Amino acid sequence: MGGTWPRMRREWSAYVFLAPGLIIFSVFTVAALLFAFYLTFHEWNAIQPYKPFVGLDNYKEMIHDKDYIASIVNTVYYTGGSVPLGMLVGLSLAVLLNLPIRFRGTFRTLYYLPVITPLVAASILWKWLYNSDYGLFDYYLLKAHLIDQPLLWLSAQNLAMPAVILMTVWMSAGFSMVVYLAGLQSIPEELYEAAKIDGAGPVARLRKITLPMLRPTTLFLLVIGIIGSFQVFTQIFIMTNGGPVDKTTTMVFFIYQAAFKFYEFGYASTLAFGLFVLLFVVTLIQLRLYRRADL
Amino acid sequence: MTASEETEHEAVSLVTAPRRRRRGNARPDRKRRGWGQTSEWRWARWIVYLILVAGAIVFIAPFAWLVSASFQNLSEIFSVSPHWIPHHFTTSGYRQFLNLGHLSTAQRGQGTGDWRWFTNSAFVATSVTILQTFFNALAAYVFAKREFPGRNAIFLVFLATMMVPGQVTLIPNYIIIKHIPLFGGNDIFGNGGHGWLDSYWGLIMPGTVSAFGIFLLRQYMMSIPDELLDAARIDGANEFRIFWRVVLPLCVPALAASAIFTFQAAWEDFLWPLIIISSPGRYPAPLGLALFVVRNQTSWNLLFAGSVISTLPMVLIFAVFQRRFIRGIALTGLKG
Repeated sequence: MGGTWPRMRREWSAYVFLAPGLIIFSVFTVAALLFAFYLTFHEWNAIQPYKPFVGLDNYKEMIHDKDYIASIVNTVYYTGGSVPLGMLVGLSLAVLLNLPIRFRGTFRTLYYLPVITPLVAASILWKWLYNSDYGLFDYYLLKAHLIDQPLLWLSAQNLAMPAVILMTVWMSAGFSMVVYLAGLQSIPEELYEAAKIDGAGPVARLRKITLPMLRPTTLFLLVIGIIGSFQVFTQIFIMTNGGPVDKTTTMVFFIYQAAFKFYEFGYASTLAFGLFVLLFVVTLIQLRLYRRADL
Repeated sequence: MTASEETEHEAVSLVTAPRRRRRGNARPDRKRRGWGQTSEWRWARWIVYLILVAGAIVFIAPFAWLVSASFQNLSEIFSVSPHWIPHHFTTSGYRQFLNLGHLSTAQRGQGTGDWRWFTNSAFVATSVTILQTFFNALAAYVFAKREFPGRNAIFLVFLATMMVPGQVTLIPNYIIIKHIPLFGGNDIFGNGGHGWLDSYWGLIMPGTVSAFGIFLLRQYMMSIPDELLDAARIDGANEFRIFWRVVLPLCVPALAASAIFTFQAAWEDFLWPLIIISSPGRYPAPLGLALFVVRNQTSWNLLFAGSVISTLPMVLIFAVFQRRFIRGIALTGLKG
């Protein structure tokens, strides 16, 4: 301890280097986090001047808020659909693109294109594709006589969320593909050679070597996929606006409404912490399951 | 700021990309993978191509439609059968959405966008990218290569916040931004005005540091040998010179990767601008587009044109940087 001050003086330039980042981080992350926590104990309406301390009332309200629970269910539905599907499509593409074929780079770029498209632009495009009067989906489905009358993709209660999920799979499969390709190319060639000598066919090699060796990649994609999809907002805002009848109101959309439609900053902060806790627990469970399966 | 989590993680794959690319180039080695050169493979190959081409068509068709429709007028877009190639080619969607050139009364009545939405986005995304890359690199260097009291504690705080979703800080940051002292009519205590709300400052500043970006760069910088820095120190270089002339050049691949993803995240950020920006003249492109949907539900020709313009920079950056990124690795020869 005795030498701390001289060392700090000697290493002063390190603090100077750290200063800009640390100041901004302290204000917009650390202070903001503490402030958010403080807000959860107050009835903080942005329009009312009086912001009373209410203890745990916000938390109690959150637990009994049927609409919030419904938004969690919707978010889980969205995540359960979009994350595994996106990963599956990505894995399939990666396995195919890892074969010795031509135009691999071109295919990779084409499949990756939706990933770099701004979400707002993609959402506008898909909103049109889903349009029941002029949209391409209904046009071609009707033409192929697969349906008798136009499907109301985004305005039918049981179809809106699947429609958003489908759009998200299109958006995200390219990302999974790129990560899986990196994973595939780190599998040692010798494993395949040995399996081949033992007489393992392509399917057996895929099942016994490729998929097990890709488990870290799969876990990585699963964790960040779930974290990302729990925070879905833009697609919902543009394509469905939470409807029909709140069927696509996800957690972040619900928080957004609580904060910036009803100006309940205190309650909305509590809901955001709920999201954080949920994500934390889900991630922890995944890591735990992964470790256990490893033994 | 909030969309960043999603895209930040992509940096991971790009940082590992060099390894992938290098091995990918070793063609002879790859040939032996898969089915090998058997006759079995000759048939399977065609099936693989078939699947990949069919998949690519499904993935690309929405884009093809978007580009085609952006050059059609409204009545053609609404025609019974979709036209994949415009019969009446027109750029009026673009001119109207950018509000450039002479527009007729009818066109004005349909609503117009604003070219400034795109320059706003370009300015904000560029500022965020430059500042964040610089600040991240400074912090990462200090965490990786300097020893000073408090280093581990501070680094731990950075790490701990990486798990927190951006939505948690959204609301407090709105209030903090509103009470920045001496800006937007605020007094020295941050009261009385609107602070950084509805300003470029508010769009840029919260995004100028990323714990995740610092973490990635730090990992990369750990691999730089200490001897290199010591040698520079013996040559009498000051600390900033070492950082600027020795460390940064060695980190170009990692810096480029993180900069690309920062730019992408900033370019398509939506929730944060939606909350803090209220003047149409200061909208970034995604916000302008999204609120245009809300106001003018049916002006699809304009929306398609706007969507194409906002996608274009991302496509260009991707095309340009992908190559540069890989060449950067080869040039520096740093461990891939």
